Amino acid sequence: MTGNIPITKTYKLFIDGAFPRSESGRTFSVVNPQGELIANASQASRKDLREAVRAARSAQNTWASRTAYNRGQILYRVAEMIESRKAEFLDLLKSGGVNSRTATREVEESIQRWVWYAGWSDKYSQIIGSVNPVSGPYFNFTVPEPTGVVGIIPPSEPSMLGLVSRLVPAIVSGNTAVVISEGHSSLTAITIAEVLATSDVPSGVVNILTGDQTDLLPWIIGHLDVNAVDISGINQDVDLTILEEASSNVKRLVSRKVDEESLELISDFLEMKTVWHPIGR
Amino acid sequence: METSASKDSSAIEDFGIDYAPAIESTSLLNIKEKYGLFIDGDFLDSSSSNSFKTLDPSTEKPLSEISEASSADIDKAVKAARNAYEKYWMTMSGAVRARYLFRIARHLQERSREFAVLETLDGGKPIKESRDVDLPLAAAHFFYHAGWADKLDYAFPQRKVEPHGVVGQIIPWNFPLLMASWKLAPALACGNTVVLKPAETTPLTALLLAEVIKDVDLPPGVINIVTGAGETGSALVEHPDVDKLAFTGSTEVGKLIQRSAVKRNLPLTLELGGKAPHVIFEDAALDQAIEGVINGIFFNQGHVCCAGSRLLVQESIADHFIDRLQKRIELLRVGNPLDKNTDIGAINSKAQLERIDQLVKAGVEEGAEVYKPSCSLPEKGYWYPPTVLTGVQQSHRVAREEIFGPVLVVQTFRTPEEALEKANNTPYGLSAGIWTEKGSLIHWMAARMRAGVIWANTFNKFDPTSPFGGYKESGFGREGGMHGLAPYLKTKRKRSQ
Repeated sequence: MTGNIPITKTYKLFIDGAFPRSESGRTFSVVNPQGELIANASQASRKDLREAVRAARSAQNTWASRTAYNRGQILYRVAEMIESRKAEFLDLLKSGGVNSRTATREVEESIQRWVWYAGWSDKYSQIIGSVNPVSGPYFNFTVPEPTGVVGIIPPSEPSMLGLVSRLVPAIVSGNTAVVISEGHSSLTAITIAEVLATSDVPSGVVNILTGDQTDLLPWIIGHLDVNAVDISGINQDVDLTILEEASSNVKRLVSRKVDEESLELISDFLEMKTVWHPIGR
Repeated sequence: METSASKDSSAIEDFGIDYAPAIESTSLLNIKEKYGLFIDGDFLDSSSSNSFKTLDPSTEKPLSEISEASSADIDKAVKAARNAYEKYWMTMSGAVRARYLFRIARHLQERSREFAVLETLDGGKPIKESRDVDLPLAAAHFFYHAGWADKLDYAFPQRKVEPHGVVGQIIPWNFPLLMASWKLAPALACGNTVVLKPAETTPLTALLLAEVIKDVDLPPGVINIVTGAGETGSALVEHPDVDKLAFTGSTEVGKLIQRSAVKRNLPLTLELGGKAPHVIFEDAALDQAIEGVINGIFFNQGHVCCAGSRLLVQESIADHFIDRLQKRIELLRVGNPLDKNTDIGAINSKAQLERIDQLVKAGVEEGAEVYKPSCSLPEKGYWYPPTVLTGVQQSHRVAREEIFGPVLVVQTFRTPEEALEKANNTPYGLSAGIWTEKGSLIHWMAARMRAGVIWANTFNKFDPTSPFGGYKESGFGREGGMHGLAPYLKTKRKRSQ
């Protein structure tokens, strides 16, 4: 008889490799297009955000100092794990009102995009970096380095492809991320967190908060230990004066209209470092 | 005479040897009594008729009267730039744009002596620097970028590039013409038109550049030069028809500009302040390292955003190194910027002199020890002797804030890890220096120091092919090299065939 009563999943936050509830104890209802309750997801607070940033900061150096080959392997492994949980992602997307065909395409594209960016890990620096022909006896080269801790406000639609398209290009180069998901797309985000938790991605490299993007926006924009924020997914009606506080630490803000595969999305979260050394005997 | 670091000045005095003055003549200059705003190819009076004086900071004598651009003038300049963009520049091929830039480069080379003397007169920097650094580099920037104008597709594989349109650029007073070149050359090569605001204390070389722009027949309105102070700059930043902003200056002002730009999603590049660590390991080639440290902090009176202003010296050699450094500083020649022997010229303005003085006093109050050489300073003008502060703690203001003057603060370290931690313990991240004979240590440090430019066994080297710009609160975007083109272009996905 118990077989008729499915065990539903509790959706929590994903911080430093663990799945805590919000310290605030708050949740929000996630419903399907028919208005039926699917889940009570955790509503992250400002304090949860701070914890997530702290975790991202302490993971950043270690993640960036992995070899590019190793980061590529780890991220490819994530794609393998998503592939094995395709059915779950399909059901999730459908529960948000996406029709079966579109959902299938979105999951396929998300996996492909993940693999595409994973493959860039040991290539982008050869395309983006340079040896510079300065007019003097110096060896001079420019290499890209990760910006640091990146906040990501992914678009809510398409929920899976939107998140994958913003997250993977940020972390492939050695940045760590704090993602803020909203509404129904929170369920996809936390399911990706479950994939990450069982993959080889070190704890703290990706942290996922769910709740109200607009509520949390001022705190991530003003956070002095966040180096960049991808604001592509912010709500249209957000008062943009909130963004002014990005200047408190000269934060890099990135907003991309189109959802596409591009090397530029990796560059968005890179700093270029130029090194000079004399040549002589 | 090249003096080695181990000689001290008294030895030279004993022999009665000194430099004969070698003052560069100003006779080739033709400074006008008054300058208008350079808008749409002509010099116009400011609509408000307001003006300000620009001085020779080494004598405090006024050089000329400069028009102050009002917001109405900024509007006029932006309209001229928009019109030039649509009428001439947008439709011109890259190859034609390149020819104009090549012409500007040649004219700068041809009139280089005149520009150098004017730069020194208006800004106070030693003539040997404006002659050997500012001018050759300014011309080189136009040359380098000229060649890019018809090759932009090669720099952005699989992307379709197009200019932003009208670019607003605000530049500082420390390298007036060179900063104008850093800004103008890539903007123009990428097909934008420009409204440029030079700093209020150093407008003259930009206005002389306006003459060059006329001489090379650049279409009117492609470059507009509007003079003024903060209010003029702010009118340019706020103007609704500017498509992109680029600013070089203080982090404080950069943050205000970012506040304004983010709300409008306006493309922006910022090249801001710094507090660069200059790390000396015990195995460094000391003669060269001493010269590197001297050049790092006293080049251009320390008015350099990437100046090596925090000396981190390994404890085992610290006393010896500081002793040698002080002996070397004793030999620096402070004085008339037009004298070809001068190492350290005048402080750019009274306001900057006051800021330097105030910060050094704060350092002393917090417990730093001051070393200043015995040199005498001219009575008139703005001067500050080369200064070294020892006994500095990380929490002291002089260790954290950009002084932007000839003041070096000294701290010590024991291990590479400690050097690295101290080096990175700053909100800035523009540049850094390392001196060691151990190659693997250079690369270990270079990979870990959070700064956009790392000089290893050298310092303060610049080149148009070499990207320059900061991490963290030193700004974003690069100037120079292929990377310096990106901020001046919009890119789109190329339709695959």
